[in-house]
Amino acid sequence: MQQAASTAVERKSIGTTGDTIFEWMCRGAGLLVLVTLGAIIITLFVGGLPAFRQFGLEFIWSTDWQPVEGRESYGAAVAVLGTIISAILAIIFAVPVAFGIAFYLTELAPPWLKRPVGTAIELLAAVPSIIFGMWGLFVLVPIIQSRIQIPFGETLGAIPLIGGLFQSTNFAGTSLFAAALVLAIMILPFIAATMRDVFEQVPPVYKESAYGLGATRWEVMTGVVIPYTRISVVGGIMLGLGRALGETMAVTFVIGNANRLASSLFDPTTTIASVVAMEFPESLMGSLKQSSLLALGFLLFVISFVVLAVSRWLLRPRLK
Amino acid sequence: MNRRSLLALGGAAAALCVSGRDAIAQQVQITGAGATFPRPVYERWGQAAREAIGVQLNYQSIGSGGGINQITNRTVDFGATDAPRTEAQLRESNLIQFPTVMGSVVLIVNLPGVADNALRLTPETLVDIFAGRITRWNDSRLAELNRELRLPNLPVSPVYRADASGTTFVFTTYLSRVAETWRTGPGAATSVQWPVGSGARGNEGVSNTVRNTPGAIGYTENAYATVNRLITTQLQNKSGRFVTPVMASFQAAAAQADWSRPGFAADLVDLNGNDVWPIVSPTFILLPTNPAADRVEGSRQTMRFFDWAFRNGAEAARRLEYIPVPDAVHTAVRATWSAVRNPGGSPIWTPSAA
Amino acid sequence: MSTTTLDGTSIPGGAVQRDTGLARRRILVDRVIRWACVAATIIGLLFLASILGTLLWRGLVALDFLTFTAEFEPTTYGDPDAPRGGLGHAILGTLIQTALATAVGTPIGILVGTYLSEYARGTTLGGTVRFVSDVLLSAPSVLIGLFIYQVVVLPMGGFSGIAGALALAIIVIPVVVRTTEDMLTLIPNTLREAVVALGAPKWKMITLVAWRAALSGIATGILLAFARIAGETAPLLLTSFGNNVFSTDLSRAMASLPVAIYQQANSGFPDLIEIAWAGALIVTLGVLLINIAARVVLRKRI
Repeated sequence: MQQAASTAVERKSIGTTGDTIFEWMCRGAGLLVLVTLGAIIITLFVGGLPAFRQFGLEFIWSTDWQPVEGRESYGAAVAVLGTIISAILAIIFAVPVAFGIAFYLTELAPPWLKRPVGTAIELLAAVPSIIFGMWGLFVLVPIIQSRIQIPFGETLGAIPLIGGLFQSTNFAGTSLFAAALVLAIMILPFIAATMRDVFEQVPPVYKESAYGLGATRWEVMTGVVIPYTRISVVGGIMLGLGRALGETMAVTFVIGNANRLASSLFDPTTTIASVVAMEFPESLMGSLKQSSLLALGFLLFVISFVVLAVSRWLLRPRLK
Repeated sequence: MNRRSLLALGGAAAALCVSGRDAIAQQVQITGAGATFPRPVYERWGQAAREAIGVQLNYQSIGSGGGINQITNRTVDFGATDAPRTEAQLRESNLIQFPTVMGSVVLIVNLPGVADNALRLTPETLVDIFAGRITRWNDSRLAELNRELRLPNLPVSPVYRADASGTTFVFTTYLSRVAETWRTGPGAATSVQWPVGSGARGNEGVSNTVRNTPGAIGYTENAYATVNRLITTQLQNKSGRFVTPVMASFQAAAAQADWSRPGFAADLVDLNGNDVWPIVSPTFILLPTNPAADRVEGSRQTMRFFDWAFRNGAEAARRLEYIPVPDAVHTAVRATWSAVRNPGGSPIWTPSAA
Repeated sequence: MSTTTLDGTSIPGGAVQRDTGLARRRILVDRVIRWACVAATIIGLLFLASILGTLLWRGLVALDFLTFTAEFEPTTYGDPDAPRGGLGHAILGTLIQTALATAVGTPIGILVGTYLSEYARGTTLGGTVRFVSDVLLSAPSVLIGLFIYQVVVLPMGGFSGIAGALALAIIVIPVVVRTTEDMLTLIPNTLREAVVALGAPKWKMITLVAWRAALSGIATGILLAFARIAGETAPLLLTSFGNNVFSTDLSRAMASLPVAIYQQANSGFPDLIEIAWAGALIVTLGVLLINIAARVVLRKRI
């Protein structure tokens, strides 16, 4: 009896050592993830500090981007506005279509069609962003150039007050509009997939009781499904917004790369990710320009962080 | 996929890596980065040098700004730029600078119905176009210069370099010299704040954008216009004559080069002369004078490569309509290479190491 | 006469009110919206078809054995005798960097996923780690490239394949964390209890039983992460820079397929652009095939 008890104790202590080691390995990995994020934020902030110190808080709303040596002056406004406006436009274009797809997949599609169409939409999400950039530049931009910009400019340009938004002297096709369109197509599958997953989680009994009362499918959607999933839908949209804010390659190809504020949808402008990708490799180490680019990176991180945090907070309880 | 097959796959991949390294150990590789201006000729030289002297060139054309940056950070073996560095800048970064060829900046346009070298531009109209003061092609000032052409009623879309570019430096230097408003406005640099137009990456990107946009006008190195068969324009030079961008006008400018300036920074912009093309520039290589121990071999091979190119690359350059620098300059350049020293203090380049 | 259709026009019990304006309007709205949704789905599928179609149309032309095996040659300038280049160097570089990134990121990701599922369920630290992992999942990849540039490239004194692999590893980790955690939480607790009841220590329970049970799900996560990093361009632009020759040297600049596509697409020369399209086709087909394979694996398990 005593022998058995002592071997049992031995076995337990071997197991405990292994347990402790393993647990610390896992915990260490978890802490590594935290440290990585912290390191990224700190590196960007420290790198951008000289720019903030030089230009002060004005950096955030200055529209300068004067790289000529001797009179250098940089400001974040052009890139920040380009980022935010292109992302918001992308959301405006994408959400209705994504909603339509999600509705179709959950309510309207015949069962044999659901899986292939769903897979096809998810595959759209897997296409790398550089492909979107190339497709955008070689396929979409010529179409915008020849078939969209001129009719839009003439018809919508006549609207008083906001007509100027649709008229531009830039006919290269690469513009804010092109970037927003490409972004919209990129985030479409994410938003559609999230909406579909969330719609499918509505307990069938709610929908059935509505149908039982004679509601049409659309009425079930607006009366039951959307109120139930409202918060998660917004979370999914914000997730798409977060992706759109940080997208680099797709945007760089089609946005026109002009460090000026766009006064019209068809003007070229730039986004933070785009200007960093383009100008960082050529900025001298330790120079004011590089520091401004790192400061821009920091601002982008802050903006996406906030958007992603809000989206996670809205989504997690429902999807889990 | 069981464990055994995974292991076999991993082993095969490792074997591939090892064998790959053996195969390429016989060739030396040098890495350079910078100007898109001379890219066509450097790539041609690289191709030929691989068979001739066993040097493999990996040239990344990221723009002069990128080239300056990379060589200053010593992340490559040499940098390439069309914007020459000043003596002070070279001293500060421990670099030497030497020219390889001369190239020309030409204007490319996309105007349906206008033939190659038919459009005439003066310095003033050119500045007005890029400053946004001329917005349509059938503007009266342009029409006056080009009475025999029917200029289409298209909006003018200027295209400039979005990246920090030596070509931009050369072009804006020209604009600053011919217009005070440009000099005090955007100025001359590898990257400026352009009042109008859209940006494209590299000489390649500008050519692409102009080709795809009716009504576009851009500035680019001549080889890109020739190879892509783009429409170029005439330009009025300082002596008042309209010249076409052909080899003869480039050579007329090159002949006046003064190579005695520090860093061989001959200034070929807006020269006097009846046949002179006004926007010509040498392009330069930047080499560290104090390479680290693991970069000494790269430096030696770089000098070996350019030594070979000086002796054998003239034909390839001329075929692409670049102008090789004179032999006397080659000799002077080789003399400056003795400043490149290894950590022990002795020069890396010896003339016999060919 | 007592048809119980769900279109709002009949009241159970008999009296049919088919002609009410309200009923007609409701049916009309429903039909219009239905067609709008079908249209939306068709639009989405149309974009996918357009992208794949463009890739096939433009990329197949230049896709041949040479493209896969040759390394970069500068443009032929229309000269028929000049050697035509390919993307062999880029494919090799991508394979090396993605394999290394997956090898580095997967163990870390699995450990973090295990931590979240087995040790930290419901705790604040666990919640924070999960949140941070999700942020890294959707963070702009160009910023990760910036970070690695500052922290690896500058101290090392040059661009390197290893910097590129590290940047990609940071992108791999959150993907693997997500799938590992999700798969592990799916395993019923009764399985865990049974193993522990037999006397196994916790770590053996996790490694020998839980991981094995979740294996196909975790493998799916690894495949998806691999597919994702195979297409990443921006971080590699700032870390491994690109190379024009075959090279397996991780301490020097290394080629990768997305960067090569980017450089050649912007080159302005038609023959290089053709090769860029072929590269784009290769990347997309590769990524899509991996995604489909991952789905098949996952479905087989469930």
